[in-house]
Amino acid sequence: MKFTLDWLKEHLDTDASADEIGKTLTMIGLELEGMEDQGKALSAFVTAHIVSATQHPNADKLRVCKVDAGTGELIDVVCGAPNARTGLKSVFAFPGTYIPGKDMTIGKGNIRGQVSNGMLCSNAELELSNDHDGIIELPEDAPIGVKYTDYAGIDGVVFDISITPNRGDATGVYGIARDLAAFGLGTLKATDMSPVPSRGKSPIAPLPQQFSADEPKAIRKFAGRYLKGIKNGPSPAWLQQRLRAVGLRPINTIVDITNLVSLGWGRPLHAYDADKLDGQPVLRNARNEAFDALDNKVYTLDETMTVIADDTGPLCLGGVMGGIRSGVTDGTVNVFMECASWDPELIARTGRKTGIVSDARYRLERNVDPALTEPGLELATRLVLELCGGEPMEPAISGEDVFPDTVVTFPLAEVKRLTGLTVEPMIVTAILSRLGFEMSGKGDVLTVKVPSWRPDVTQKADLVEEVMRMVGVDNVPVEPLARLNHVAPRMLTNIQNRRRIARRALAARGLDEAVTWSFISHDDATRFGGGSEGLQLANAIASDMTDMRPSLLPGLLAAARRNANRGIADLAIFEVGQVFLSDAPEGQHTYATGLRTGTARLAGSGRHWSGKAEPVGVFDAKADLGAVLDALGYDIDKVQLFAEPAPWSHPGRGGRVAQGPKTLGWFGELHPAWAAELDIAGPVAAFELDLDALPEPRKKATKTKPALDLSALMPLTRDFAFVVDKAVTAGAILKAARGADKALIRDVVVFDVFEGSHVGEGKKSVAIEVTIQPSDKTLTEEEIDRISAGIIAAVTKQSGGVLRT
Amino acid sequence: MSLHDQIDLIRTNLDFKLKVATTEQHVEQLRIEFLGKKGSVSALLSTLGAMDAEERKGAGAQINLLKTDVAQAIEERATILKSAALDARLKAETVDITLPLQPAPTARGRIHPISQTIDEITAIFSDMGFSIAEGPDIETDYFNFTALNFPEGHPAREMHDTFFMKMGADGVKKVLRTHTSPVQVRVMQKTNEKPAASYITPAMDPPIRVVMPGRTYRNDSDQTHTPMFHQVEGLVIDKSSHIGQLRWVLEEFLKAYFEVPNVTLRFRPSFFPFTEPSMEVDVQCDRSGSEVKIGEGSDWLEILGCGMVHPNVVRNAGLDPDIYQGFAWGMGIDRIAMLKYGMPDLRAFFDGDQRWLDHYGFRPLDLPTLFGGLSS
Repeated sequence: MKFTLDWLKEHLDTDASADEIGKTLTMIGLELEGMEDQGKALSAFVTAHIVSATQHPNADKLRVCKVDAGTGELIDVVCGAPNARTGLKSVFAFPGTYIPGKDMTIGKGNIRGQVSNGMLCSNAELELSNDHDGIIELPEDAPIGVKYTDYAGIDGVVFDISITPNRGDATGVYGIARDLAAFGLGTLKATDMSPVPSRGKSPIAPLPQQFSADEPKAIRKFAGRYLKGIKNGPSPAWLQQRLRAVGLRPINTIVDITNLVSLGWGRPLHAYDADKLDGQPVLRNARNEAFDALDNKVYTLDETMTVIADDTGPLCLGGVMGGIRSGVTDGTVNVFMECASWDPELIARTGRKTGIVSDARYRLERNVDPALTEPGLELATRLVLELCGGEPMEPAISGEDVFPDTVVTFPLAEVKRLTGLTVEPMIVTAILSRLGFEMSGKGDVLTVKVPSWRPDVTQKADLVEEVMRMVGVDNVPVEPLARLNHVAPRMLTNIQNRRRIARRALAARGLDEAVTWSFISHDDATRFGGGSEGLQLANAIASDMTDMRPSLLPGLLAAARRNANRGIADLAIFEVGQVFLSDAPEGQHTYATGLRTGTARLAGSGRHWSGKAEPVGVFDAKADLGAVLDALGYDIDKVQLFAEPAPWSHPGRGGRVAQGPKTLGWFGELHPAWAAELDIAGPVAAFELDLDALPEPRKKATKTKPALDLSALMPLTRDFAFVVDKAVTAGAILKAARGADKALIRDVVVFDVFEGSHVGEGKKSVAIEVTIQPSDKTLTEEEIDRISAGIIAAVTKQSGGVLRT
Repeated sequence: MSLHDQIDLIRTNLDFKLKVATTEQHVEQLRIEFLGKKGSVSALLSTLGAMDAEERKGAGAQINLLKTDVAQAIEERATILKSAALDARLKAETVDITLPLQPAPTARGRIHPISQTIDEITAIFSDMGFSIAEGPDIETDYFNFTALNFPEGHPAREMHDTFFMKMGADGVKKVLRTHTSPVQVRVMQKTNEKPAASYITPAMDPPIRVVMPGRTYRNDSDQTHTPMFHQVEGLVIDKSSHIGQLRWVLEEFLKAYFEVPNVTLRFRPSFFPFTEPSMEVDVQCDRSGSEVKIGEGSDWLEILGCGMVHPNVVRNAGLDPDIYQGFAWGMGIDRIAMLKYGMPDLRAFFDGDQRWLDHYGFRPLDLPTLFGGLSS
């Protein structure tokens, strides 16, 4: 919210400097976002007259203007504003002037073949408001070649503060002054809001509240007043300047008065041209009807909204925005002024639904002091009489205001308990009373009555905050948080440790860790097994971010595609992050997923003098998966491996890893058809590991490791080669060989696999080396022969193959 | 031929043959030719048997001297040739050691700055006796808002630009959590129910000291806002913790995190529905150069929000706010990572650009610890 130093001083008697006020605002919770001496910042801009404006010969949207800026000669200026027209008076910047709204200095130039020596400016370019629809339009009688700041009375310091949602009371300059006064930066000046005598009966009766029982009723009290025979027109210079300085466009006196009361006291009003009303206005729920609002847009209303309507239809969307049909114009003679209190929640809902952002909504959805409904109307009446004359009729009032009337029992010790700061009781009571709280009771516990403008204060902690923000948090002494009287327990849980270890293990294998979006496109989600309704966003920010990811692969594959487009074909990346198998908490799992593309293998990638890198394949993925399992304490050779690849995998080059009934993950080469559909060129080897599916390690009875049993006897090895059907897996052969003599066979490795015509069609040869470790005595040749025979028998039985001789 | 002549002949012969011998094998053949059983020196020795004692005495000495000399000459030649052969082998085996290797896997893989920052935060708070708590990303309205004292329809809800989920199978409309604060509620709540999943931190009894890092979501996107980001939140609940200790925790954390001897903080009263009193915290910094320097200078940079846990939140968790109290704080992980490591654009965090990851990422064995330093 913006306000000027002058405006503040109208409510606060203070000698404080602008800097001091700015600093104080921040320290009491009204954060200063900007402070600017507008007179200085805008001193170079002058009023000017567009003597002629003609179409630019080379550009449809540009005009070539001859501008009189009081220098005695006409200046050529090319202007793109739609309202740049012959005869208009506007604001001009000479070359060399800094344009704050554009953060640039305008120079002499040539725009598409036409000389342009300066710039005609909009309010946005001067940072006076967000209005950049066109250049500033000054009245016809505006002088030419004078400083715009002098002409518009833009002078002095403008503060811009941000107001937190709980502080409806600070949405008016008066409320801000009250806070500053409570801090001790001056004295609050009272406003005369006493009733203005009426001159007769109101031609408009109190508005009947025609809400059906089951429909929401946004209105609490509606106060209206008929003002007869006023003289409207442009408001006086001081009022126009005040509004302009905070970014509002002066409209006419009546409208400017409503804005003055809204910004000055945080009390929004609305004025209707009484002669444009069709019959007695009423308060009712909106229907499915169209509404032409003052922002020149048409809104479709529904029954959750509240309107002030006459026989023709809605006049005003209650508490949010007025309508064009009954708008007050320069020619308005009779005014119906509204000051109503609304249910903040319903105003917020209507605001959200329509998307209307207005000064009224901003205030009414926070909170407006319910004690200001009638006094606010009296204040406005007084201003109208002062500036427009006329006769006020009796107020037309319906409904009742809602006062929270909160009373809080406040032990003074509460301040120390929550902040650690000792504040003298006298200071506590002084602060609270300056903020408008009424206190009774003596001693350590006060009974505090909360003022009507602070419905956000409901309990002890709220009062502590009021005290603390005035005393200053920086005055709270720093005190170490004592250690608990035991050694801190382990900080990370198993799953948290698993993620950390998986990350480091994969990075140590040369993969870069990526963090990709949790949401992906619906197509990708569906393709990878997700896409259910409960995992779709109702209000996605982009079409490729609509669904919670069921897998990390789509995100990594998209990253691979982007990298490939930048010329990086050999990529090794992984992510350890959440996937969403359902929208329930237990549907969230953490996966470790990685992929390698091109030739990005463990040993290195690309061309190298030591040997050309081979394309990545299924065993690279299996090795990565195995490495993570190993880092987490699981041996990939001890979990179950199935030739049951994931749908994304090449059906003959991928597998599934499981333990008991639980699938732990998958590895494989990307299915060529998927690669084509996903627009991925070149080989991709990937794996997925569900870190949540790994069983929790069993709690061991002892941390002691088993004794190391070292044999004094030399191990010996024997080689065997078997010719088996191609479909027989090495895993089955290894398992059979290992099982032949569990006591003496220590290790079995596959050292050769080949196919070829000499082993037979549909056959392959698998050669294994078996390491035999004698335990208590050296084995005799006969014993070794017996073990060998056992191995051969076991493997041939299991595989249906024969020993190659 | 006299014995003397014979000896001379053998010596001459040996000299010549050794000179032309170029290999160790060749020298070995000469050893056999001269000193072997049938060798010329051995033949000469065998003539001694036929001599009388007097003659044998003189000849024996000469022949034995010859034998010693021959053996020595052969040995010398053999040594020279052996050494030459080794030299030649070593020379032949010499390689260009400047040929570059493939970079080691640990030299290629990198840890993302977000993970590294979370590890740094974890290291610091573990020293203060905190543990890590977590909850789900898809939350109910209750945990994300209601339990945290966001009344229905309150404008504070609008500050959050919430992502809503479509109706799920259970008929409950959920949201993507807009902050990590729902985890506070899950940790604090009085319940005997086991969490639905093992990653969700079970409820605890006070005293509670937890930090809660995680992914959060808001429907917002520009240079400094992404629809997904990371937050870390802290919570202390016991019977006595107050703002003075909150200040200490934050100061100590920021000093440790930014690895500077001092930080100056500015606390501004603010508003969060779930804390009362609420504060925003600015850290003093120097922004005059190209990078932001924490702990010096005269500018202020907003860095986190904090406050005393709102009595309504304590009450919603089933605790009595007249007995239990505490504080909470929250900050953006991405943001403090950007500040510490000078990364300009938040959006690049989530792009997976290998060049960015290699440049801003951390070595796999750069483990942030307090004993070894958070960053090298």
